[in-house]
Amino acid sequence: MSAVEHETVIGLEIHIQLSTRTKMFCGCELSFGEPPNTRTCPVCLGLPGSLPVANAGAVHYGLMIGLALGCELAPRSIFHRKNYFYPDLPKGYQISQYDEPLCRGGRLGEVRIHRVHLEEDAAKLIHAGASGRIHGSDASVVDFNRGGTPLAEIVTEPDLRSAEQAGEWLRLLRATMRRLGVSDVNMEEGSLRCDANISLRPAGSEELGVKTELKNMNSFRFIERGIRAEVARQEKLLRAGERVMQETLHFDPDSERITSLRSKEEAHDYRYFPEPDLVPVAISAEMLDAARAELPELPAQRAQRLEREVGLSSESAHQLAFDAALGDYFDAAVAAAGEGSRTTPPSGAAAQALANWVTVELPKRLAPDIAPLDSNVSPQAIATVSAMVAAKEISVGAGRQVLDRLVVDGGDPAAIVAAEGLAAMDGGDELAAIVAAALAANAKAAENVRAGNAKAIGPIVGYVMRETKGRADGGEVTRLVHEQLGI
Amino acid sequence: MADSDVVALTAAAAIAEIDAGRLSAVELFSAYRARAAADELNCFTWVAGEGEGPGSGSACEDGRAPAARAARVGDGPLRGVPLAVKDLFCTEGVPSQSGSRILEGYRPPYTATAVARLSDAGAPLLGKTNQDEFAMGSSNENSAYGPVLNPWDRARVPGGSSGGSAAAVAAGLAPWALGTDTGGSIRQPAALCGIVGVKPTYGAVSRYGMIAFASSLDQAGPLTRDVTDAALLLRHMVGRDDRDATSLRFPGEIEPPDAERLDGIRLGVPAELSGEGVQPGVLDAFRATLTRAEELGAAVTEVRLPHAPHALSAYYVLAPAECSSNLARFDGVRYGRRADDPADLLDMYTRTRHDGFGAEVRRRIMLGTYALSAGYYDAYYGRAQRVRTKIVEDFDAAFAQVDFIVTPTSPSVAFGLGEKTGDPWSMYVNDFCTVPMSLAGIPAISIPCGLAGGEDGLGPGGHAGLGPGGRGLPVGFQIAGPVFSENRLLDAAHALEQAIGFDGSAARA
Amino acid sequence: MIDRDEVLHVARLARLQLDEDEVQAMAGELSAVLDHIARIGELELDDVPPTTHVVEVTGRLRPDEPRPCLPREVALEQAPAVQDDGFLVPSPQA
Ligand SMILES: [Mg+2]
Ligand SMILES: [Zn+2]
Repeated sequence: MSAVEHETVIGLEIHIQLSTRTKMFCGCELSFGEPPNTRTCPVCLGLPGSLPVANAGAVHYGLMIGLALGCELAPRSIFHRKNYFYPDLPKGYQISQYDEPLCRGGRLGEVRIHRVHLEEDAAKLIHAGASGRIHGSDASVVDFNRGGTPLAEIVTEPDLRSAEQAGEWLRLLRATMRRLGVSDVNMEEGSLRCDANISLRPAGSEELGVKTELKNMNSFRFIERGIRAEVARQEKLLRAGERVMQETLHFDPDSERITSLRSKEEAHDYRYFPEPDLVPVAISAEMLDAARAELPELPAQRAQRLEREVGLSSESAHQLAFDAALGDYFDAAVAAAGEGSRTTPPSGAAAQALANWVTVELPKRLAPDIAPLDSNVSPQAIATVSAMVAAKEISVGAGRQVLDRLVVDGGDPAAIVAAEGLAAMDGGDELAAIVAAALAANAKAAENVRAGNAKAIGPIVGYVMRETKGRADGGEVTRLVHEQLGI
Repeated sequence: MADSDVVALTAAAAIAEIDAGRLSAVELFSAYRARAAADELNCFTWVAGEGEGPGSGSACEDGRAPAARAARVGDGPLRGVPLAVKDLFCTEGVPSQSGSRILEGYRPPYTATAVARLSDAGAPLLGKTNQDEFAMGSSNENSAYGPVLNPWDRARVPGGSSGGSAAAVAAGLAPWALGTDTGGSIRQPAALCGIVGVKPTYGAVSRYGMIAFASSLDQAGPLTRDVTDAALLLRHMVGRDDRDATSLRFPGEIEPPDAERLDGIRLGVPAELSGEGVQPGVLDAFRATLTRAEELGAAVTEVRLPHAPHALSAYYVLAPAECSSNLARFDGVRYGRRADDPADLLDMYTRTRHDGFGAEVRRRIMLGTYALSAGYYDAYYGRAQRVRTKIVEDFDAAFAQVDFIVTPTSPSVAFGLGEKTGDPWSMYVNDFCTVPMSLAGIPAISIPCGLAGGEDGLGPGGHAGLGPGGRGLPVGFQIAGPVFSENRLLDAAHALEQAIGFDGSAARA
Repeated sequence: MIDRDEVLHVARLARLQLDEDEVQAMAGELSAVLDHIARIGELELDDVPPTTHVVEVTGRLRPDEPRPCLPREVALEQAPAVQDDGFLVPSPQA
């Protein structure tokens, strides 16, 4: 037995359903929960005599993905047939790409991309239940609605070193694809699927160990747990002086158990050969231009810009970069603030304050299915609220009240402030009198503050805020309390 | 007009009679329908019902569409001249079984582009014709629906795989027919039945709706009584189809052929395809035709196709490989036969496919699966595709010297039923002269050039041991040209045809 | 030469059941055909590119526009076994 430390090596294979209007090789519209077998035609049912024709929209999305990941785009790529029998595969082969894929190389974050290719999805097999048994055996029902949906398969190099890093990187990939608008990338709904190739090697070694393939983990949580479990399993084998077998594995999230998918079936022999029913895909300058023109700012770039150029905290920058809708809203609010009377767009502390309003206060108040740009709160309005608070024209509490009103009715923050009398009280006699009343009503707390317990000020400030309906500025209240207590 | 006079007309002649008001499309259809329904050669696997065809407007048995098209066909340029269609073309609501048990009773929900175009041009569906199962065969003996008999001698095969189409046209059971050619499946049965058959440039006719055998080779084409009819039918078949990515726009149109001479035409005879292995009687008829071509003004020279002898080997890798994949869809799940009482999924697959496919189809699936399997791809499929490149280069070099390549279409005349079923390779050799053109994707036509004895060693003119009546059996003359040379090819074939004056009426008796 | 085990392996890949005598016959027939085919092994082809289609065209992409689907009854009409509006098959896991 050896006490060698092991390094984990992980590569991912990700399948993404593209959100084109029609399927990869036929004109059937993509299915979103329609009744079974209502989205089929001779092509996607594999009827005799039917022929595939590749979808220009899928190639366009493939190119956008390739550009976003910095891949080398093949001027000419071809489709192959991957032959195997399965009831969800109507032609007995999947049309995929093999040794001449659409995209090669590339990088996202710290992970290198090996290749990206296009292929067609399989149909859906549904367990038939007790009534659907065939001669007493288990039976399944095939629904071909999903069959033929365009997929982009993204394969990484083995650059990931832990389950957590894999999960984190996959979130970046998901945000990137969502930002590109090429897919819903929803793991629960199956529009994002991930397999992991996992191996261990002695720390410091350059050689790769024997890898296993962990299949079809259908949530981020399961991916990280699955990889951890498989790493632990391999670690245990190696520590016991045993060898890891190259095999395909399934992770059961309920039992946390890993089982081999290797059945009595013969080893896969897919008999790939060039698909004779299709001609090569040649990428023209027009196609490249069209894909480039639709490339938005991607999450990694946006996070970097928000952090370095706008001056946000890393946390806010990432939140806005990964949530494209919120990020777009923030950018609009920054732009709106710049257009107003205050001529320079906010940066630094002002921008961070605005980011807090956008990432913390606004989402709290919106129903989960409402995108910020579709809400009643215009980017201009939230920028105004943030600016008024920063200029101490209103208190933070008053700002929150204005936002409450904006979420319900929309409108102009200044008008709401005026109508509701939410303007900050200046530090004059009125506020001093209310502070005096607060000290009187909270004599015990006042005593504790005077004795040096700063936290005891809470009930006193609370009293003032209640009395002023939140218009008082917290800092001014604290100053007056200290003044009146003589500290 | 009496039915016997009607069926003596070529399609073009029938159109002329219709235009002259001496014949109606309805009469024409019913004359052929009656003959097809009384077919004794097993040419048809389905015949249009009585009362169908032009002017009827009625639907076929199950109430579906094809006759709706037929109702207005009299208006089209083909004037309602009925069409026999090889079984492997999908025809909506009409059995399309590709000669296979696995598709017994299968009625597709759509119609093949080639058939739809001809129907739109005015050629209604007369019937579906028998064929070798999935177009794999050269004798039509591989059909699950029984062999087709050669109308020149019913003890002999009509050739294949478009044997039903060829025999039906030769026997006057149909004015013309659609076939498909993968390695010779139009040209060879046309030769053996004494009619004209054209394999167009690969891509000239849409493959959409043709039940595939070998996708990179399959091509639809006409089987007709003469070259003029072939041009007329082909004219309405060619063209780009956005449902077939490999289909091509035909440059210009197919024109009616009218050449009478071959002045200035250079014909190349490849030694590789016109010597060894060809029956002496076939060779004699072939040489006599070369002499006639020279009389018409052609220059005949020898050319080399150095890789042609390897074409058959390459073909028997490529075609089975593609077929092994194309036929994977016949799995008993969505259509066609399924084995009774499957114990499990694997049992369902393996028994469905064993019981549903005939011996030759199983053999080719096995051969193709083997050739594509791990470790063998480079030695077989990869190599065969490279041989294909060499064959294309051979033809390019030859066409730099000559206008057309000419060969016997088939190394033998029609052979006896059962004569070659014991040895696969002896059957495959029938495609020896036609396969190189298929691999090169170039157009080729077979025209009847005379009669020869039916046995090895017998010369033309016939002596002992010939078919009934001692008249001999038809020999086919193949002319091949470069990609998209169809119009020139048809013209050359027309000139030769006029000079030869082949009489096929005996087969219609 | 292709032996019995290879025949069985290939038959399994192709999902073809073969009876015992069919396995024997198939081994012989395939071997004979492969003997003929093996002649292409003698050719010098190292620098020769493969040909899939003789007239090379590229693109031929379809605009991403919907076309009508088949009515479900038609899609299911020819199926050997139907249940719950789908194609009934023995379960792959069974
Ligand atoms: Mg894949
Ligand atoms: Zn479809």
